[in-house]
Amino acid sequence: MNNLLKSATWILIAGIGAAAIAGIALNRGEHINTLWFITAALCIYAIAYRFYAAWIAATVLMVDQTRATPAERLDNGRDFVPTNKWIVFGHHFAAIAGPGPLVGPTLAAQFGYLPGTLWILFGAVLGGCVQDMVTLFLSTRREAKSLGQMARDELGALGGTAALIGTFAIMIILIAVLGLVVVNAMKHSPWATATVSATIPIAMIVGLYMRNFRPGQVLEASALGVILLLLSVAGGGWIDHHETLRLWFDHEGLTLAWWVMAYGFAAAILPVWLLLAPRDYLSTYVKLGTITLLAVAIIMLQPTVKMPALTQFIDGTGPIFGGKLFPFVFITIACGAISGFHALIATGTTPKLLSNERDIAMIGYGGMLLESFVAIMAMMAATVLDPGVFFAINSPAGVVGKEAVEAVAKISSWGFPVTVEQMQLLASQMGEATLFARTGGAPSLAVGMASIFGSAFGESLLALWYHFAIMFEAIFILTTLDAGTRVGRFMLQDMLGNIWPKLGETSWLPSVILTSALVVSGWGYFLYIGVIDPNGGVNILWPLFGIANQMLAAIALCVATGILIKSDKFKYAWVTGLPLVWLVIITSTAAWEKIASDNIRIGFFAAAKDLEGKLAAGVLTTEKAAVAPQLMFNLQFDGWLTLFFVTLLWLIVFDMLRVCARYLAGKPVLPLTESPHSPSRLVEDWVRD
Amino acid sequence: MHKLKAFWNIVRHLSGDDAYERYLQHYATHHQDELPLSKKAFFKQWQDEKWQGIKRCC
Repeated sequence: MNNLLKSATWILIAGIGAAAIAGIALNRGEHINTLWFITAALCIYAIAYRFYAAWIAATVLMVDQTRATPAERLDNGRDFVPTNKWIVFGHHFAAIAGPGPLVGPTLAAQFGYLPGTLWILFGAVLGGCVQDMVTLFLSTRREAKSLGQMARDELGALGGTAALIGTFAIMIILIAVLGLVVVNAMKHSPWATATVSATIPIAMIVGLYMRNFRPGQVLEASALGVILLLLSVAGGGWIDHHETLRLWFDHEGLTLAWWVMAYGFAAAILPVWLLLAPRDYLSTYVKLGTITLLAVAIIMLQPTVKMPALTQFIDGTGPIFGGKLFPFVFITIACGAISGFHALIATGTTPKLLSNERDIAMIGYGGMLLESFVAIMAMMAATVLDPGVFFAINSPAGVVGKEAVEAVAKISSWGFPVTVEQMQLLASQMGEATLFARTGGAPSLAVGMASIFGSAFGESLLALWYHFAIMFEAIFILTTLDAGTRVGRFMLQDMLGNIWPKLGETSWLPSVILTSALVVSGWGYFLYIGVIDPNGGVNILWPLFGIANQMLAAIALCVATGILIKSDKFKYAWVTGLPLVWLVIITSTAAWEKIASDNIRIGFFAAAKDLEGKLAAGVLTTEKAAVAPQLMFNLQFDGWLTLFFVTLLWLIVFDMLRVCARYLAGKPVLPLTESPHSPSRLVEDWVRD
Repeated sequence: MHKLKAFWNIVRHLSGDDAYERYLQHYATHHQDELPLSKKAFFKQWQDEKWQGIKRCC
């Protein structure tokens, strides 16, 4: 009877989920409620977790709860510590959730709500969650080794090198694109700039408090910091209304870009306790709090989605970025569905905390499900806006025109009516001078969040909500930026240490300054070009980031598939093999189009050639002609970079296939590096705090 | 009340607020012959180690 009841419940969940998906997919021409999306997402997640994740854990990976994990065997009370599964889940989720799942879906909403939503749901349950879970398992069985180390040990030197280069490259491009998002959110917005600047001294106060005033009192210090942050949002509004002070914070994009670079450099060489660690505490609390608040607000309010299911831009003519639905929706969503970066976390800190293998599904698979849900909420925040407003905020001036009248005429002609008055009213409600061409996704997400929060918790505070949302995005973008620069610095020191060992010493100041400067100039270059690009830069950098991130995911899946086959699990290799095939298809197609397309909005080389022709013919404005040579060089450089990424991807795919073919043919391959079984001594009812 | 206390412990653990207490516990069970670090010194080392690798994602 009990079993029957259980089956009936799951059949009911499956039925509701299927109905919600059908409702979302088949709805045409009518406004649809966000509740449908939440229902569809929760039902799919529940079924995938209960059946697919459980099956992978039991049958494919064969997790063994009697086996001691590295956290238990190597327990040192510091980094290797067996930890309660909910705590590990919290750490893991806080580490994987960044700005990616917020920005990607916002940009992909130009295709309509449907394609992005479907990929966020199905990409996550069949691809992203599987990748995170399997890499976490493999690392747990290998003394918590990193992805790069596992690639080298199991596939060979080529795989290891590819993983290392891939990680470094993605870091540089990620930081550049995130820097651009922040710069675009602060451009000529004294309120946003003042608030974001205030987060730096606030972090330092928290850092000093934790280090010297009351050492180790993390919660006290963080509470103080969060209160100061909220005050800084209100304080930014005060500065914005102050006639002289506001000028101090009113800057061009380029000025802000130089400041962001200076900040990144300072953060990489300053001691972690002063800036990076306290900022990370604050950003984690603000991030978790805001995401929870957004979920509560959406469930309370159930706003209506105004974007159509599909827009005409699936043909590749979209204003936010060029390129057809296939493959660009998959490249753009990036982290909300599958993210190679997660494999670095799942093979880094998390396995050092895991107390029992049986929690792998909950932490690896479950953590990514929650991230996918964040992406669904970002998609809703973008699509509850009037489509006309959405496109007015996100379309670069280079596409719709610099003048407001020009822009609204163009956007209305696409069938998304919007007026200058409407945009002005919205801008003044949000406490901004203008909301036209605020590309990068952050301002439109903030408008969406402010309107949801405003309707749920008080309409009169729209401007405060807007700037709170900007602060929320900026604070963890800057955390990723400084943490990323620092990691980039360590990786570079590690690589250069092979040439000259002195450079590899992480505490030798000349090496620290040199490598930090190199990393900052790496991403600073892309940020600079992105800022001077009249088309907004995001349309170039985001696809490049998407390709790099999906490439890293493909590398992780290659390692996983190779190990499955070497462990005599050929018949289950499709679990990671199919997502791998799909990623290779979309990454290669996208890369091919970015390289070879004649369309100047898609192909890098075509765009460079077009610009060259226009420059020679003298049809560019003096302003554009001045930056044209730099843009041309950059477009060609990006083209070569894309080619490099896709070559790297294919090299590692072939290397993995070579290893598998040799193994299946009975020829010698590198042995499995799984650590031997040692029984767990943590008893079943291990002290749960 | 009991649940509230449990929740507070989770928050403390998650944020690292109780890291030093855990370290002392670890010391008491595993290294009885050595003297543990002071709270300040431990916290310094704990924080520096925490930021050696990739900790944050996109």
